[in-house]
Amino acid sequence: MHKEAAIREPLILGHKTYTDITADVCKPIEDKAPKMWYVLFSIALIIGLYGVGCIAYLIGTGIGVWGLNKTIGWAWDITNFVWWVGIGHAGTLISAVLLLFRQKWRMAINRSAEAMTIFAVFMAGIFPMIHMGRIWLAYWVVPIPNQFGSLWVNFNSPLLWDVFAISTYLSVSVVFWYIGLIPDFATLRDRVKRPIPKKMYSILSFGWSGRAKNWNRFEMVSLILAGLATPLVFSVHSIVSFDFATSVIPGWHTTIFPPYFVAGAVFSGFAMVQTLMLVMRKAMRLEAYIHTRHVEYMNIVIMVTGSIVGTAYITELFISWYSGVEYEAYAFINRFSGPYWWAYWSMMTCNVISPQLMWIRPLRRSLLFTFIISIVVNIGMWFERYVIIVSSIHRDYLPSSWSMHYPSHIDLGVYVGTIGLFFVFFLLFARFFPVLPIAELKTILKSSGESYKNAPDTHGHDGHADDNHNTNNH
Amino acid sequence: MEFKVTKNANILTLTLIVLGLLFTGIGIATSMGDHNLNTRIAGNLLIDSFFFFGIGLGALFFLALQYATETGWYASVKRVIEAVSGFLPVGIILMAVTLLIITLQDGAHLYIWMDDEVVKNDEILQGKSTYLNKGFFWIRTVVYLSVYYIYYRGFRKRSLLEDTVGGTDIHFTNYKKAAVFLVFFAVFSSMQSWDWIMSVDAHWFSTLFGWYVFAGMWCTTMITLVTLTLYLKKNGYLPNVNESHIHDLGKWTFATSFLWSYLWFSQFMLIWYANIPEETTYHLTRIKDFRFLYFGMFLVNFAFPMVLLMSRDAKRHAGILTFVGAIVLVGHWVDVYVMIMAGSMGEHARIGFLEIGLLLAVLGLFLKTILKNLTKAPLSVVNHPFLDESIHHDI
Repeated sequence: MHKEAAIREPLILGHKTYTDITADVCKPIEDKAPKMWYVLFSIALIIGLYGVGCIAYLIGTGIGVWGLNKTIGWAWDITNFVWWVGIGHAGTLISAVLLLFRQKWRMAINRSAEAMTIFAVFMAGIFPMIHMGRIWLAYWVVPIPNQFGSLWVNFNSPLLWDVFAISTYLSVSVVFWYIGLIPDFATLRDRVKRPIPKKMYSILSFGWSGRAKNWNRFEMVSLILAGLATPLVFSVHSIVSFDFATSVIPGWHTTIFPPYFVAGAVFSGFAMVQTLMLVMRKAMRLEAYIHTRHVEYMNIVIMVTGSIVGTAYITELFISWYSGVEYEAYAFINRFSGPYWWAYWSMMTCNVISPQLMWIRPLRRSLLFTFIISIVVNIGMWFERYVIIVSSIHRDYLPSSWSMHYPSHIDLGVYVGTIGLFFVFFLLFARFFPVLPIAELKTILKSSGESYKNAPDTHGHDGHADDNHNTNNH
Repeated sequence: MEFKVTKNANILTLTLIVLGLLFTGIGIATSMGDHNLNTRIAGNLLIDSFFFFGIGLGALFFLALQYATETGWYASVKRVIEAVSGFLPVGIILMAVTLLIITLQDGAHLYIWMDDEVVKNDEILQGKSTYLNKGFFWIRTVVYLSVYYIYYRGFRKRSLLEDTVGGTDIHFTNYKKAAVFLVFFAVFSSMQSWDWIMSVDAHWFSTLFGWYVFAGMWCTTMITLVTLTLYLKKNGYLPNVNESHIHDLGKWTFATSFLWSYLWFSQFMLIWYANIPEETTYHLTRIKDFRFLYFGMFLVNFAFPMVLLMSRDAKRHAGILTFVGAIVLVGHWVDVYVMIMAGSMGEHARIGFLEIGLLLAVLGLFLKTILKNLTKAPLSVVNHPFLDESIHHDI
């Protein structure tokens, strides 16, 4: 039987029962959507559609409508790509890595974080595709025989590894997310009255019956997927970093990139989770399940990964001097004092300084402050990619081809459009899917629920067989 | 239960030390007159001091990590972690003496940047001399070592105090101090690797180097911890430790091996792929003169834990854990050996009496110290706020 120390803060507040958990999570789905949902959804949809329009114009005209030029072949497009992939890291980290570390608090956020991951990876995938210009030839990235009109892919290219890494990551994340949803869909299926939703949830729940055998297999699959997903958390962003680090461009080629990109991805992913959760808990009245302690834990993750990223920035800066390679040194001098100095210092302020404020306990437990910092961090991480990509290539080895990147309104439209689309997906998720893992939350209720934890008779009963054996313990 | 060092253990550690010193003596005697004997001795001192110092430091880091993350399960093996971190004072002395010996010989051809004659004719080293010079090097070294020692002493003191006074104040103090220690450690562990190891290849640089050395250090620490726990368990100590604790330590061994392999690969692959001469020189020297050891140790350190510790049962099996641990421990020693010797001795490096002897002697000292540390405090903590969680640990 598992014990939880008295000094740990409860994870589920108030006097919740199993029934309450089911009711609290299902209520927003069963009720009519609030007006606010329609307002937000319409705004997101309009922005998203504007983005789609920009993409259509881009494909119809050619990628010259972006602010790219001969020197700067990658700018906003790849910045946005890496930014979205990075955001897509939190979900699997929370569901796989935190599962392996037996962090029970992850159960409040894993479902929506995984959903966010999947939508973010969708958004990320758009950019390399439209960057190809001729999107109808996108299948050329797949190694298929030349008879199909394509060329055999270059297996030496990290860009190809990226195709494999990201599609694997997406598939595993989707499967992981979906498997977790099955028992909860079954709960919804058994509750909803109207015939069409009942039919839908019935199809989605794959005939889940809740028998011991179902649960047994469910647990097995979850564990195996967690084992598979953990290396993927590392591989995806490592391979994204290889896109840059395998080159000979000063500022791109440095060995610290793989682990540093992974840390940065987790950093930005958690920031996005914070942004979404803080709004969601309020709008859907889930304050008992996602509360200050959860926010604090996530802030600590943000602080730690932010510090890792900061250490990496400074390591790079120092080694660029230490190396004695003048090109290397110039790349960094140009970064912080060249024409893109404002991007560099925005990045430094947002990513290195702002998370350090989380050392102060009242600040990291303040929801408003957290919300602000989470947005600041997301801005900072966007600038990080922009700094790495644009400031490294805009002044290359040949001074006569030095150039600047000025984004066009299409650059802006596509980027903002993906944010809109992302929120369209997320709002649909929040409307029709159980945003908290109902079944998993029930497993921690008796060990980490406030009313059970503080009850006088929960201590000293070694022998009794109650069912607070939690399943989060592999 | 109080731990007592058995007679056999005492004989073993003493034999290791005596035999080690004897071998070292033979090694030195048979190489008398070699022009690079001084470098070889200094290099070996650095390898063995750093390797075992790293295990002590790794244990201190791991302990701080448990405090800062408010981990519960480790409470039953806390004294084991503390005993290993208790090698740190000895390790600090070893490191300080080694670095002093090297400094007094103007780098002993190990740190060529300490040699004014070399620097005079080397523009790259002149460029680095504001960082790589004897004075600043020693200021940094003293700062790292004293910060480690101060935190080690504080953690130890409060841990023993907790046994007598109880309450949660000590827990929260440890929580805060550990977080601050981790900040220092994050910076210093990278910098010390640049200073003590990367500067052996004085012209070469790699931003990942510090994290790579740290991962190796962490992995050897986990092997030491799991092996020591198994040893104590086998001798009837640590009644609160069950299979789940062993499993968790096994998982850490597995995970840190992966982390190390991942970083080795990242560093190797990126340099190989970009093929920039300033950087590839590092791997080329190693491939030319140390091909077998260099790739062999990577294969061993990666494949052994991956294949043999993958399954749940293996991570609970004392025999497999000890077998894999012993081999990977040697593998990581070879890693440190190649890191230091390839940059200094190059093609003249070889593993002979001197290398084996010094390794055995420091190993003996290491084991003797940690076994002695185990006798200094009760093996089971009391009053730890998560003790109950740890006793009921079941995965």
